[in-house]
Amino acid sequence: MLSKAGTRLMQGNEACAEGAIAAGLRFFAGYPITPSTEIAEELALLLPKVGGKFIQMEDEIASISAIIGASLAGAKSMTATSGPGFSLKQEGIGFASYTEVPCVIVNVQRVGPSTGVPTAPAQGDVMQARWGTHGDHPIIVLCPSSVAETFTLIIEAFNISERWRIPVIFLMDEVVAHMREKVVVPDVSQIKLVERPRPQVAPDQYLPYAAGEDLVPPMADFGSGYRYHVTGLTHDQTGFPTTKAPEVGALARRLDAKMKRAAPHVTFVDELLVDDAEVAIFAYGVTARAAAKAVRDARAQGLKAGLIKAKTLWPFPSEHVRRVAERARAIVVPEMNMGQLVLEVERASAGRAKVAGLSRVDAEPITPDEILARLREV
Amino acid sequence: MAMPVTHYLRTSKMPHIWCAGCGHGIVLGAVLRAIDSLGLDKDEVCVVSGIGCASRAPGYLDFNTLHTTHGRAIAFATGIKMAKPELKVIVLTGDGDAAAIGGNHLIHAARRNIGITTVCFNNSIYGMTSGQYSPMTPTGSLASTAPYGNIEEPFDLCDLVYAAGASYVARGTAYHALLLSKLIAKAIATEGFSFVEAITQCPTYYGRRNNMRSAVDMLKWQKEHAVPVAAAAKMSAEELVGKFRIGELGTRTRPEYTRRYAAVIETAQKEEAEQDA
Ligand SMILES: Cc1ncc(C[n+]2csc(CCOP(=O)(O)OP(=O)(O)O)c2C)c(N)n1
Ligand code: SF4
Repeated sequence: MLSKAGTRLMQGNEACAEGAIAAGLRFFAGYPITPSTEIAEELALLLPKVGGKFIQMEDEIASISAIIGASLAGAKSMTATSGPGFSLKQEGIGFASYTEVPCVIVNVQRVGPSTGVPTAPAQGDVMQARWGTHGDHPIIVLCPSSVAETFTLIIEAFNISERWRIPVIFLMDEVVAHMREKVVVPDVSQIKLVERPRPQVAPDQYLPYAAGEDLVPPMADFGSGYRYHVTGLTHDQTGFPTTKAPEVGALARRLDAKMKRAAPHVTFVDELLVDDAEVAIFAYGVTARAAAKAVRDARAQGLKAGLIKAKTLWPFPSEHVRRVAERARAIVVPEMNMGQLVLEVERASAGRAKVAGLSRVDAEPITPDEILARLREV
Repeated sequence: MAMPVTHYLRTSKMPHIWCAGCGHGIVLGAVLRAIDSLGLDKDEVCVVSGIGCASRAPGYLDFNTLHTTHGRAIAFATGIKMAKPELKVIVLTGDGDAAAIGGNHLIHAARRNIGITTVCFNNSIYGMTSGQYSPMTPTGSLASTAPYGNIEEPFDLCDLVYAAGASYVARGTAYHALLLSKLIAKAIATEGFSFVEAITQCPTYYGRRNNMRSAVDMLKWQKEHAVPVAAAAKMSAEELVGKFRIGELGTRTRPEYTRRYAAVIETAQKEEAEQDA
């Protein structure tokens, strides 16, 4: 049954599916893969109840292609996968980013590369989420660390994607996806929904890729009387292909500027006791939970620790890191990979604080004690 | 004589990119005449393509048009059709686009019997990338990547798509342009998945390498090798060697996918209402 307002025990993947429907999801295409499959199963059951549509496609490339098609026809759309499928979706992610088609791509990370450990958690796709498809391109990556956060953050993912016409990667991990926690489902009237900007001019005046002050061009639904052209070739304001240097450059620069314009509106960070922190932790996803415990344990032992918990990984929250780096002696970056965002933290702190990574890549989550030990070392 | 169909063209986007003598324009003309004969409203038509010379066609058409990635047109079209079943969704694709990289999407769309019409511009070669062999290149033909002659056997695409479950399958040629147009019109009027293979010519990269010096030679080849289905039925297997059948090759009635999904929605909503009650 569709969730009503109230408190419920939910699995992370379930919260992702239900939050997406609350956000207005009406089309889902996917291909089964552990540990994301429950999202598809849940949506196969729930979407038709709200008049939405679900389809299991023949592969992941077909799935991302189908959601882009559906989004062009006006439906809020999503797909969900894990590493091997995420690699396949890169082609479509590039297309959506370049043609500015709103959509949400869930990647529940598991151990990789290749088939890896299908049932075990990892955080190895952080760089791929940013740079997986070829060419410069805007992309936004959100990352929840609890089931409740999954529910609220997936709603943000849709709102952001619609508002800015940028694909949003929703980067979960196996632990958050499969754990069960309390979620307070808000009443629908309490959920703020954002729609993509639609044209305000008559069809014969419509320039599909002419952006106003906010750098986001209004988007017409296919079949709504605005007949226009969409192509993955480099295009001008009319949407038609161009190879003219000034127009090719103008598109790349507008997309980059749009991403920068969006950044402050899409950067979500929770800070825990950072104001007086001598040592800080930068963490995300399930690792941020162990980090929060490590902060409390450190404080109990007299070590002034703090936590920057990033819910937005890209655009990277450089400002938050810089501010903390000004006061703290060191920043520890625990990650379930060989060190990916630690490089960004280093870049943002720019020598102000010592930056130390902490990698765990044996298919087990990082423990609070491991982080605490590292805090004591630095 | 066929009627001009310039009202469906974005004439401001001309001249087109196709070579002199390319058959893609003739096939596109047949598509437009088919749409015209059905009296479709421009706003209700959505044309989707992949990548290749053939796939550049939608840019010249005054409909809702989408030029996607190589081989994926049918997958994008599936999302459009699901989201807006009331649209007439037409996929224009090349033989490489449809039968190589997009082959899996093609057979699955046929299996689902989703209401999409696919017109495959089959010029037996990869035109856009300058003449590599495709899954539709005849055995023995020369291509830039088959300098000793192609050792692979081509698909019979129509048989393949029909076996996969399509509601309507037909083949025409650029030479038989009026027949082609009628077949495409029938395909568009079909409720389920429909597929028309249009044999066409690439004089630039296929003809020149394979002893057909001009587009006219290639059109003559089409004329001489095409056998209407009725005539083919009376011919022996030996007589048909090296020839291909044109006309309607398969029609059947099966439930269309988005209609089936509409029934799923009805069932799900009824269950939900009962649980609420
Ligand atoms: C993923 C990907 N692989 C390869 C290409 C290069 N490519 C562009 S068009 C094409 C073949 C097109 O041939 P066909 O579909 O037969 O159409 P034609 O050009 O002959 O009309 C290829 C291989 C590409 N654009 N994308
Ligand atoms: S290369 Fe061949 S298929 Fe492409 S436009 Fe020229 S003749 Fe047509």
